[in-house]
Amino acid sequence: MVDGRRHGDDEEFAEGRARFEETIAADRRVEPRDWMPEAYRATLVRQIAQHAHSEIIGMQPEGEWITRAPSLRRKAILWAKVQDEAGHGLYLYGAAETLGADRAELTRALLEGRQKYSSIFNYPTLTFADVGVIGWLVDGAAICNQVPLCRTSYGPYARAMVRVCKEESFHQRQGFELLWTMVRGTEAQRAMVQDAVDRWWWPTLMMFGPPDAASPNSARSMAWRVKRHSNDELRQRFVDMTVPQAERLGVTLPDERLRWNPERGHYDFGAPDFAELARVIAGDGPCNAERVRRRAAAHEEGAWVRAAARAHAARRGE
Amino acid sequence: MAEEWPLFEVFLRGRRGLNHVHVGSLRAADARMALTHARDLYTRRNEGVSIWVVRSADVTASSPDERDPFFEPSGDKVYRHPTFYDIPDDVPHI
Repeated sequence: MVDGRRHGDDEEFAEGRARFEETIAADRRVEPRDWMPEAYRATLVRQIAQHAHSEIIGMQPEGEWITRAPSLRRKAILWAKVQDEAGHGLYLYGAAETLGADRAELTRALLEGRQKYSSIFNYPTLTFADVGVIGWLVDGAAICNQVPLCRTSYGPYARAMVRVCKEESFHQRQGFELLWTMVRGTEAQRAMVQDAVDRWWWPTLMMFGPPDAASPNSARSMAWRVKRHSNDELRQRFVDMTVPQAERLGVTLPDERLRWNPERGHYDFGAPDFAELARVIAGDGPCNAERVRRRAAAHEEGAWVRAAARAHAARRGE
Repeated sequence: MAEEWPLFEVFLRGRRGLNHVHVGSLRAADARMALTHARDLYTRRNEGVSIWVVRSADVTASSPDERDPFFEPSGDKVYRHPTFYDIPDDVPHI
């Protein structure tokens, strides 16, 4: 086409792309109204939405224990923690909206199974020790994943993650403290902690995703500096951090291959069952159906509140 | 009536003596609800002593392009900076 307008658009496109690449190469942040490749935008929307959904669904496994917490102190802590998860979800939905994603559409995508959330929240919380282990291991793994995201290339996502990470540190410490209290209790309490560790250890390692060789989108996300470390690097970092903490608690991590490797300067450990991870992600985990059903019910039961608030605002002329 | 509550931008004053700073956004039915939601969402740990909320649709913004001619007027005025002026080293307090 010789039409000048079209020619101008192409020029603008090339200029936008050059500026985007320059921004990424200089390790500066991309901001909402900057030109960005559609694939970059789509990758971020998918990742941020999945992250937001994880926070919201993640309220359920622990939320189930709020009414059954063994003391007022534990109840208040757990309540605050679950409220934080809601907050994290909202920070992240806000970040996704800066990319042009529609909030109501994101909720629909979750409920209809078109968008995923972290596989870890499809496992049940059978005892109160699970609350401690989720804080210690699951939130510990989340911190490993999330700290590098504070420097991710998309500004609003990075800024949301800075707030999330500050709050996660409370989550992990309360979990460890809970377990530390239990392991100094009765034999039955120690057994309860060990049982929870046995059940959560492998699903926690799966949180880092498939091994690098089977993670096809990783390279592109690394090139865009959305992601800064590979799945296997982060998994290793988490194991190295956690083993001494487990020793201090006096619990055994259920992996016969786990041992210090002085040559590598890291712990060697066994591979999680990635076939199980694929099954749980595909919807066939112990609690997938229940988690989504519960979220759908909360959304439907809240519909009249949303409508009433809109009507009230409309009547007051806002 | 739109199905969705409108989007608001949230600004926090961390403590007295500081400006309000943009911290993020949220959805609320009206400005009053936006304020209470902002309190619950952005100040759970005493991060603010004052909150502003503004409907996102009411924000007028310049182009995101840092090289935009919009900012050119200040580009060539080096004499607006104190370092532009040569003053003998032995002149005190300046």
